[in-house]
Amino acid sequence: MKISYRWLTEWADTDLAADEVAERFTLAGLEVDSVEPVAPPLDGVVVGEIVTVEPHPDADRLRVCTVRGDSEERTIVCGAPNARVGLKAPLATLGTKLPGGMKIKPAKLRGVASAGMLCSEPELGLGEDSSGLMELPADAPVGESLTDYLGLDDCVLEIDLTPNRADCLSVRGLARELGAIDGCVVHSPAMEAVEAESERSVEIELQSPEDCPRYIGRVIEGINPQAATPTWMVEKLRRSGIRSLGPIVDVTNYVLLELGQPMHAFDLSRITGGIRVRRAGKGERITLLDGQEVEPDEDMLLIADHEKPLALGGVMGGLDSAVGESTSDILLESAWFNPVVISGRARRLGLATESAHRFERGVDPQLQHTAVERATALILDIAGGRAGPVIEKRLDEYLPETAPVRLRLNRLNRVLGSELEGDEVAGILGRLDMNVKRDGDDFVVRAPSARRDIEIEADLIEEVARIYGYDRLPSQRPGGRLSLRVPAETQLPERFLREQLAARGYQQVMTWSFVGLDQLEKLGLHEGAQPLANPLSRDMAVLRTSLLPGVIEVAGRNLRRQHDTFRLFECGACFTAGESGFDERQRLGLLMTGSVRAEHFSESARAIDFFDLKGEIEHLLERNAVAGPVQFRRCERDWLHPGQSAELIIDGQSAGWLGQLHPALEKELDLDQAVFVAELDIASISQSNLPAHHDTGRFPAIRRDLAVVVADKHAAAELLETLHKEVGDLLEKTVIFDQYRGKGIESGCRSLAIGLIFRHVSRTLKDSEVDDLIDRLVARLEERFDAKLRG
Amino acid sequence: MGQTAAESLLDEALGLVAGAEDERTLDDVRVRFLGKKGALTAQLKELGKLPPEERREAGQAVNRAKQSLEQAIQARAGELGRKRLAEQLAAESVDVTLPGRRHEAGGPHPVSRALDRLLVIFRQLGFDVATGPEVEDDYFNFEALNFPPHHPARAMHDTFYLPDGRLLRTHTSPVQIRVMKEQAPPVRIIAPGRVFRSDSDQTHTPQFHQVEGLLVDRDVTFADLKGLLSDFVNAFFEDDLEVRLRPSYFPFTEPSAEVDVRWRNADGTPGNWLEVLGCGMVHPNVLTNCGIDPETYTGYAFGLGVERFAMLRYRVDDLRLFFDNDLRFLRQFR
Repeated sequence: MKISYRWLTEWADTDLAADEVAERFTLAGLEVDSVEPVAPPLDGVVVGEIVTVEPHPDADRLRVCTVRGDSEERTIVCGAPNARVGLKAPLATLGTKLPGGMKIKPAKLRGVASAGMLCSEPELGLGEDSSGLMELPADAPVGESLTDYLGLDDCVLEIDLTPNRADCLSVRGLARELGAIDGCVVHSPAMEAVEAESERSVEIELQSPEDCPRYIGRVIEGINPQAATPTWMVEKLRRSGIRSLGPIVDVTNYVLLELGQPMHAFDLSRITGGIRVRRAGKGERITLLDGQEVEPDEDMLLIADHEKPLALGGVMGGLDSAVGESTSDILLESAWFNPVVISGRARRLGLATESAHRFERGVDPQLQHTAVERATALILDIAGGRAGPVIEKRLDEYLPETAPVRLRLNRLNRVLGSELEGDEVAGILGRLDMNVKRDGDDFVVRAPSARRDIEIEADLIEEVARIYGYDRLPSQRPGGRLSLRVPAETQLPERFLREQLAARGYQQVMTWSFVGLDQLEKLGLHEGAQPLANPLSRDMAVLRTSLLPGVIEVAGRNLRRQHDTFRLFECGACFTAGESGFDERQRLGLLMTGSVRAEHFSESARAIDFFDLKGEIEHLLERNAVAGPVQFRRCERDWLHPGQSAELIIDGQSAGWLGQLHPALEKELDLDQAVFVAELDIASISQSNLPAHHDTGRFPAIRRDLAVVVADKHAAAELLETLHKEVGDLLEKTVIFDQYRGKGIESGCRSLAIGLIFRHVSRTLKDSEVDDLIDRLVARLEERFDAKLRG
Repeated sequence: MGQTAAESLLDEALGLVAGAEDERTLDDVRVRFLGKKGALTAQLKELGKLPPEERREAGQAVNRAKQSLEQAIQARAGELGRKRLAEQLAAESVDVTLPGRRHEAGGPHPVSRALDRLLVIFRQLGFDVATGPEVEDDYFNFEALNFPPHHPARAMHDTFYLPDGRLLRTHTSPVQIRVMKEQAPPVRIIAPGRVFRSDSDQTHTPQFHQVEGLLVDRDVTFADLKGLLSDFVNAFFEDDLEVRLRPSYFPFTEPSAEVDVRWRNADGTPGNWLEVLGCGMVHPNVLTNCGIDPETYTGYAFGLGVERFAMLRYRVDDLRLFFDNDLRFLRQFR
């Protein structure tokens, strides 16, 4: 809300300057975003009057005017189309510096000397109408400084109000607030009821009383369509950011700003029958004031006559019934609409109006009468006419009441940690115009009807705290009762994982939780992708099912930015919707590309391969001591290299996948080097075993090496598993130290060299018993895998 | 009587030892004098030929000579060994200023880094970490937090919806509700996490991170909240900044406040007030919604944007950099 400081001080007798008011408002919860002067400095600009106008001898578009201003008459060459004898307009005298930087000097325009300049609104920074000279009222005193005449020595406060403070969306409300904060006297301009001079009335029916329990109408007939809005009003509206649109609309806007009551004026001649306030029917259409034709939803309120909609209730009037240049009879509307029927409707239609803004936050339900009288008086004053009687339709049972709220002083002090006295509390509430009944330390408080936000004791506690000043309330160092809730030692915190990855060269990234569906489809990760109902854009239309699209995109971007070796990780939620329900899981995405190590003079770079990636994951699992046996199984995933992809199985459950990004995808995504990726389920790798010591023995180990030739179809892990199963605990460890294919080995087979490390916990093993074991193992391998001992 | 034969042999041998430049030459000397056929060994063998009364003295002289020579050879061997090692090591020396063999270091995302620091501080203040889902329903995100249906306060949260009416949480406050429904007071939690608003421009990203704090117990006051936040802000920034609370509005707290910090200019003078947190006393309706009696218990809650704190702490001037993921940007925070 933008409001003129001078207007505010017409209501509140404060000694505070504009920026002090801004500071006090901000500290009381009405955040002032800016304090701006209403006009740039206009020294040297005075009220001028055109005395004569002659055509320019050498230019069709220019005219030569004689202008009266601060001293003697002068000649000014002017191109404005509205320059005419008798017009009063701002005159920039010689030596004036205009806001745009132009300095007024004596000049010759096409051979005619010009001593000054008549100005338009934009030339003075006072408005946007550049069609001609800014026209001043006929009674403007010639020669008076424009700043003094228009009261331009003023500031506009722009206040960012929280949605609970609808009562401050008016000068009246802000003045009351200032009175409470500053203690200054607040008074309202005289507003007296206007006696009816005509009988004209209109029938009003409240067909949806819950939505609109109070509607006041009033006819004013015979107004002067030629009347102009007085400058003081135009200026006040301008300072609140509202353009002057003719006296009737200006008055309704003025009352909206002054009192907070949105009003509307209909052209009476366009109303057939009477007014019906009702919900929109199916298929009804109305063209609004802004020219937009809309089809209101059935939960929207219409102001209609007996034939057609006239206005979208509480939001915007209709074009057809709008007050126009020839309107002489009008119907004024001053109504109370239930916030529930206004809320969100304007936004749904792409509208944002001052009226809807107030109604959806809650207008004072007792204000309608005052507002209609105020508007009537102003209209009669400006445009004449005869007012009819006030027509009020009201259903009290649907109007909100302001219930009394109890406030206990000890509760207040218990919540605030303060020691406020009863008198102080009563004083603050009184300054807020609250009706206070006090019984010792017990108060029963009734808020003014404009305060829709005071419903319970806590609301009153906030009011007292806010006006007393949060900064003056006590502050207490942290303390209180502690309770120890420690996560299980076996539950590894995510931070532990992140730190390990960082130490292993992975840079954490953060990408969007939403991706484009086509992005997922390209990777084959679109199954179960959950769409958003209102995405920001097509490429952010669904929730990610995987971290992969995000990390690949980051990798691509950084490859294009000339990084060629890097490792990335991201931790975050992934989402899938499926028959088994909606699933949200924290996952860990890994990506590595480039060389195994940074470039070094001592060695040639080796490109990362599958086993580098697998090693990283094995390392992580080992370090985290995950609970349950770990297996890597060959798998197929659309997005992975079919020969270099594995599924991670922990304790029999899938815990993620790893592999090289499918080379076809690398090409399609413009990644010109191999990229290795993995994604793991964080919960699966965060559950560890509590260490329990067992005796490792002090006796020496015996190592024997075996080389066997075996068909490729048998995975190395199967061989090792068989060996361990056969021997049991005596086989402490196995290590595969060579893999060979080629000369001397049948094709489709490979030779695997396996180191076996045997140890007994309680004695030294004999060579002979190890020899026996080896014989058994060789036989077992041959039996199961048709493996041959390599010669 | 002049020099004995043994003595003159010793002199000769010592001369050779001193002149031996390598271990092999030295060994030749040993063999020549002390070997089975060595000159001093021969002297010993010849003692038998001497008259018995001379034998003893001559024997002692030979043994003395032998001992001296052995010592000299051992000393010289030590010298030569050390010399050889020194030469070998000298040959093995490297240019220690050449770079090590390594891979590029990794590091946390700056938002993660700031978040970890926030959590460290709050953990020390006795807060437990609690988390909740990112896809929420209207009840937890709004209704239980006292947002009336259709209230304009909801419009302040530009919400992403799923077609079935669920939504992406707009704040981590739903975690409050989830915890309070599970756990009786005292409740002292901190809820970090990712939140979403359908807003994207220079100063807004559609997702960001929040930390929400909640303390509910007997006799929790607004004064406790003021003290906690002031201590927290200064712990986080490692400074002594002025902190002020300013009345504001959140549906789930009453009284509500924004927290401003008086920032410091580059020259150390007090600068502008910056808004860094929202907070307030838990609204009685919220406690009631969670089955906690607001007459017995009071509480406070606060929420902060992690990106905002990261920007202030690490002097990042553009929010969008956090989600651009340029390695040259990210690597500044490791």
